[in-house]
Amino acid sequence: MTVITAPDTGVLVSPRKRGRRRPSLLILLSFLIVLLVVACALFGSLLAPFGANAQNLIVATQAPSAHHLLGTDDFGRDILSRIIVGARAAVIGPALIAVGALIVGNVLGLVAGYFGGRVDYFIMRLADLVWALPGLLIAIVVVGVIGGGYYVAVVVLVVLTFPIDARIVRGAVLQQRNMPYVEAAETLGIARSRIMLRHIWPNILPLVVANTFLNFAFSLVALSALSFLGLGVPLNTPDWGGMLSQNLSLIQGNAMACLAPAIALVLTAVSMNLIGDWSYERLSDRGRAR
Amino acid sequence: MRARQITFFLTRRLLALIVLLLLISFLIFGLLYLAPGNAIQVLLGTHPASPAAIAALEAKYHLNDSFFVQYLLWLKGAVHLNLGVSIQSGQTVTSLISSRIGVTIFLGVYAFLLAVLIGIPAGIASAMRNRTAADRTIVGISLIGVSVPAFVSGIFLLYLLAIDAGWFPVYGPGTGFPDRLWHLTLPAFALAFGVMALIVKLTRAAMITALEQDYIAFAQARGVGPLRIITRYALRNSAGPIITAGGLILGVVLTGAVLVEQVFALPGIGTLLITSVESKDVPVVQGFTLLAAAILIGANFLIDLCYLFIDPRITAGRGVR
Repeated sequence: MTVITAPDTGVLVSPRKRGRRRPSLLILLSFLIVLLVVACALFGSLLAPFGANAQNLIVATQAPSAHHLLGTDDFGRDILSRIIVGARAAVIGPALIAVGALIVGNVLGLVAGYFGGRVDYFIMRLADLVWALPGLLIAIVVVGVIGGGYYVAVVVLVVLTFPIDARIVRGAVLQQRNMPYVEAAETLGIARSRIMLRHIWPNILPLVVANTFLNFAFSLVALSALSFLGLGVPLNTPDWGGMLSQNLSLIQGNAMACLAPAIALVLTAVSMNLIGDWSYERLSDRGRAR
Repeated sequence: MRARQITFFLTRRLLALIVLLLLISFLIFGLLYLAPGNAIQVLLGTHPASPAAIAALEAKYHLNDSFFVQYLLWLKGAVHLNLGVSIQSGQTVTSLISSRIGVTIFLGVYAFLLAVLIGIPAGIASAMRNRTAADRTIVGISLIGVSVPAFVSGIFLLYLLAIDAGWFPVYGPGTGFPDRLWHLTLPAFALAFGVMALIVKLTRAAMITALEQDYIAFAQARGVGPLRIITRYALRNSAGPIITAGGLILGVVLTGAVLVEQVFALPGIGTLLITSVESKDVPVVQGFTLLAAAILIGANFLIDLCYLFIDPRITAGRGVR
């Protein structure tokens, strides 16, 4: 699952200057990769040189050439086009999971941190439980037995992610709770829901943003693993995890059919993790003399 | 006094874990009713739905009893290692799993040893050379390791070392110990990569904290040798956070094994789970999940035991949670 280890990941990001931090080349590259993937997700079918499902058996299983930059699969479908169009499945699911866990996790985390009591106890135990469970394995079993594919997987992963989010938010809220501004707002008689949402929440937003990136990376890997096992997207929809398993048998004919989606997956996941770690480092140090 | 506290601590943990296992077993039993179609359709699978077959199933799985009674009867069977019969093959779930589990245990232990033997020294080295090029390299590699799922690293290793270079076999588990070791080397490395990354991350963070402590500076001032400082003082004090994550690490190994077995076509319980999921063979899936849960919960209990040996403060009375 997502592990935020704040103090120990700064090395990659900014080797020298710990004071004012500009994003390093690596971070800029990560943003570039993520932007590219998002662009492919939005306009994939326009950018792709061929139709993602256009079959042409005459050119089946060809190695990369000038015409097909990454070669073709056993149906003669263009690998590059399938990767570009497949970016959509790689972005939508993880984005839904990250946003879903963000909403549920933040609401529960705010309530637990601000009011304490039974909600707090319940959420902490739930987070303990989910933390100890292998999330992907549970997703495999549940999605496998229930069926329903991609969107069932999305829901299952939201359920397995939000308790951890709630715990992180709760911890941050507990720190803010005793600050003078909260006391001041309470003295003024401002509604509690308003204090939580308009006063406390903006102060913990950096943490929330960073965590959302890390959740995205985890969900991307988890969903593609499900597709790899044939439990994710339907067979014909281009998807990186699905391409990996379908083209595994072609690895001797056109290795790129199988390696290129793997590379796309790794680059996106690493970029998302880097951005998440970087933004956490950068934003959580704000206001702290160091 | 001390012995009593330890017994109290362990009994409490054991009871909590048993309750947890019961709760999980209830959910696992419920899978039968979560599957699309009713229980009889699920259990029939592709067999023809003759009245005799339905009656036999109803009698065998006590389908006419209430849900709770069915659960209790199922649980009673499970305690006696009777997990029902596979819908697809007709073999008992227990014999199916036990015939396949050897490969998975071999793979898991192999990968775990690799991950520990590489990960912990790398984490220590990284913490001692904090913020140098060596540290950045190790952190960089482990960041990739955390992001790369086991099946992707498996495919890269398969392509580079088995197909392109031809040094390792492409699939299968091998026979006999040396052959099996050779066959499972690539899968074990693929599986170990992500686990290792996690161990490096934990070891590094814990070691950095430990090395900043005053007693380290004091030991250095007293002229204690560096090796003794690392092993006896720093590592022992950072063992807590690393061992706490043991359950998490085991979870990563189990999940990774399912994916890696699929890549290398290994006949372990991971591929058994996937074929059973594909054919909706619910009893086998239930058996696998119950086994996985029992292993994870058992491991967590062992981790609690380890605490007692590593951190004397727990047995001294204050640390008992």
